[in-house]
Amino acid sequence: MLKLETRASPSNTMALASPLIALAVTVAVGIVLFVLLGKDPLLGLQMFFIEPVKSGYAWSEIAVKAVPLILIALGLALCYRANVWNIGAEGQYILGAIFAGGIAMQIDADAPRAIVVVILVAGVLGGMVWAGITAVLRDRFNANEILVSLMLVYVAEMLLSYLVYGPWRDPNGFNFPQTVTFAKVTQVPRIFSGLRVNIGLIIALVAVAGMAVFLFRLFRGMQAQVGGLAPLAARYGGFSSRSALWTALLTSGGLAGLAGALEATGPLGQLTPYVPVGYGFAAIIVAYVGRLNPLGIVFSAILMSMFYIGGELAQSRMQLPKSITGVFQGLLLFSLLASDTLIVYRMRWVRRPVRAEVSKPARIEGANA
Amino acid sequence: MNEIALLVAATLNAGTVLAIAALGLLINERAGIVNLGAEGLMLVAAVAGFATAVHSGSDWLAFGAGALAGAALAAVFGLLVIWLNTNQYATGLALSLFGAGFSAFVGQPLTRERLGERASFDIPFLSDIPLIGPALFKQHPMVWIAIALTVALAWWLTHSRSGLILRAVGESPESAHALGYPVRKIRLAAVMVGGALCGVAGAYISVVYTPLWVEGMVAGKGWIALALTTFATWKPARVLAGAYLFGGVTMLQFTLQGQGVQVPSQFLVMLPYLATILVLVLISRNAAWIKANMPASLGKAFSPGG
Repeated sequence: MLKLETRASPSNTMALASPLIALAVTVAVGIVLFVLLGKDPLLGLQMFFIEPVKSGYAWSEIAVKAVPLILIALGLALCYRANVWNIGAEGQYILGAIFAGGIAMQIDADAPRAIVVVILVAGVLGGMVWAGITAVLRDRFNANEILVSLMLVYVAEMLLSYLVYGPWRDPNGFNFPQTVTFAKVTQVPRIFSGLRVNIGLIIALVAVAGMAVFLFRLFRGMQAQVGGLAPLAARYGGFSSRSALWTALLTSGGLAGLAGALEATGPLGQLTPYVPVGYGFAAIIVAYVGRLNPLGIVFSAILMSMFYIGGELAQSRMQLPKSITGVFQGLLLFSLLASDTLIVYRMRWVRRPVRAEVSKPARIEGANA
Repeated sequence: MNEIALLVAATLNAGTVLAIAALGLLINERAGIVNLGAEGLMLVAAVAGFATAVHSGSDWLAFGAGALAGAALAAVFGLLVIWLNTNQYATGLALSLFGAGFSAFVGQPLTRERLGERASFDIPFLSDIPLIGPALFKQHPMVWIAIALTVALAWWLTHSRSGLILRAVGESPESAHALGYPVRKIRLAAVMVGGALCGVAGAYISVVYTPLWVEGMVAGKGWIALALTTFATWKPARVLAGAYLFGGVTMLQFTLQGQGVQVPSQFLVMLPYLATILVLVLISRNAAWIKANMPASLGKAFSPGG
């Protein structure tokens, strides 16, 4: 039988190979799925892996989706390294969009261009406020951050819905639940004319570099991670786990809020109930597949964007539901976690009889422990 | 007066969904495993149950299909966390994300389907009593089953040999292993039973409670059920009481709207989520109390002899 054996030290090769194995497993399952659904698997693979990266325009579309994923996943990577289980990035993203949109909708066409900076900062603050609630409740009342941050996602969705159906609804919008279209001056500047990709891409890449420096070069970054890996060692070293909690949550909230602000004032240009599209949850997968490493996150965000665009193409050209993207995303994380086992363990073939007698511990009846 | 009767009936109905799921989660948490995938399990089970009800017309087959779907997904989760020692939080999260995507994908053709007329389960004579009748005795049998399950589970965990073994596995898997109990198999069984109950709850949502299939329709009930086990300090009777409390909070929105209270509906929809946070804060303040009641090895991996 196959037996798992602990490796002497975790395998670095496997840590890098694991996302590729997971991708291979996901693709294999995808091929089976296409065949079962009576679709041409080669065409399916083409939709997901070739069409989304075929041209400059296609790459711009990849970037439009990768930017929010990268920003959110960077923050989550810090959280998970610090052992803070923030899974409510979707809510922090919504609050970022609400704060940014709330300002953008009031800006006149003749405002200075620098207003974009104010709007983006407001988005960061919105995300930080929302993550801050989770931090306070965890810090002061010991409330589980997994459940609190997730519950706040539903609350944020309802808050957005209230605003766009209620006080913020465009009076000339034919009763549609949406705000006015933001003035052109509030729009995040695009990098190339004719392509949707905007300076959000540059901000995201700067954030990648910044997070890499913070995690691997700054003392504070190390403190935050030690608190997660070894709380006792952190306390011995005089590092506060409270400050690690706050650093992780405020940073990830701010980044998610920034992503929401960029989305609201970039591709969307107004607030609707459809601002949240699940980037906050997909970014959890991006963070893990990217090994909680800033550079890795760039690659996994590109992959995840390909899944999104592939899903849209599969819907329009192969008559498959777009939600196939969610299936592949979930599968990818599942297979990743499974193949991650091989980082710490190795598989070995052992003959069954050898263990037969030894493995049954003697049962001492009536013995008191 | 009649509104009160209807509110009580609706509360029991909504509470039943939470109670069944939370009792299932309580079983696997008593064995030491946290399954954050409850929401995903319930979504997939809701699809499986709804599809079965559409094709067979039988609620009971639908619950069975939900239970099977829940147990099957929970088994995958169990194999990963129990044998491959993957992180329970991350794996559960993966299950929730996968369940959301998979249910949306599979459920696509079902969004236009509707179930036939729902059977009524009025208890003769008792249901004719004014006020009490419509409040208590026109319930779906699952409401009674949830209560029976609570009683049975409370007894089983404290008075039966197998119940004590389950708790031993959750408190100290090393000791249970040393005594010769197959810790990993017991944990897998607990996870699968927990998944099956979550599955029944999911199917109840799409077949009885709502009854139709909409993407993401479980709407956080899996997560609230997870919170409930903590609120209840892992005791079945308190799970049931908590489930009714939350069922009541969920139903309050309809009552308030019916009374013409001028609050935007979105704030009323927020109530159960805000209530979850509030209760979580109140309960967790006393960390020592939580710790004293929590299964000692909850969330920790166990590998025999290694």
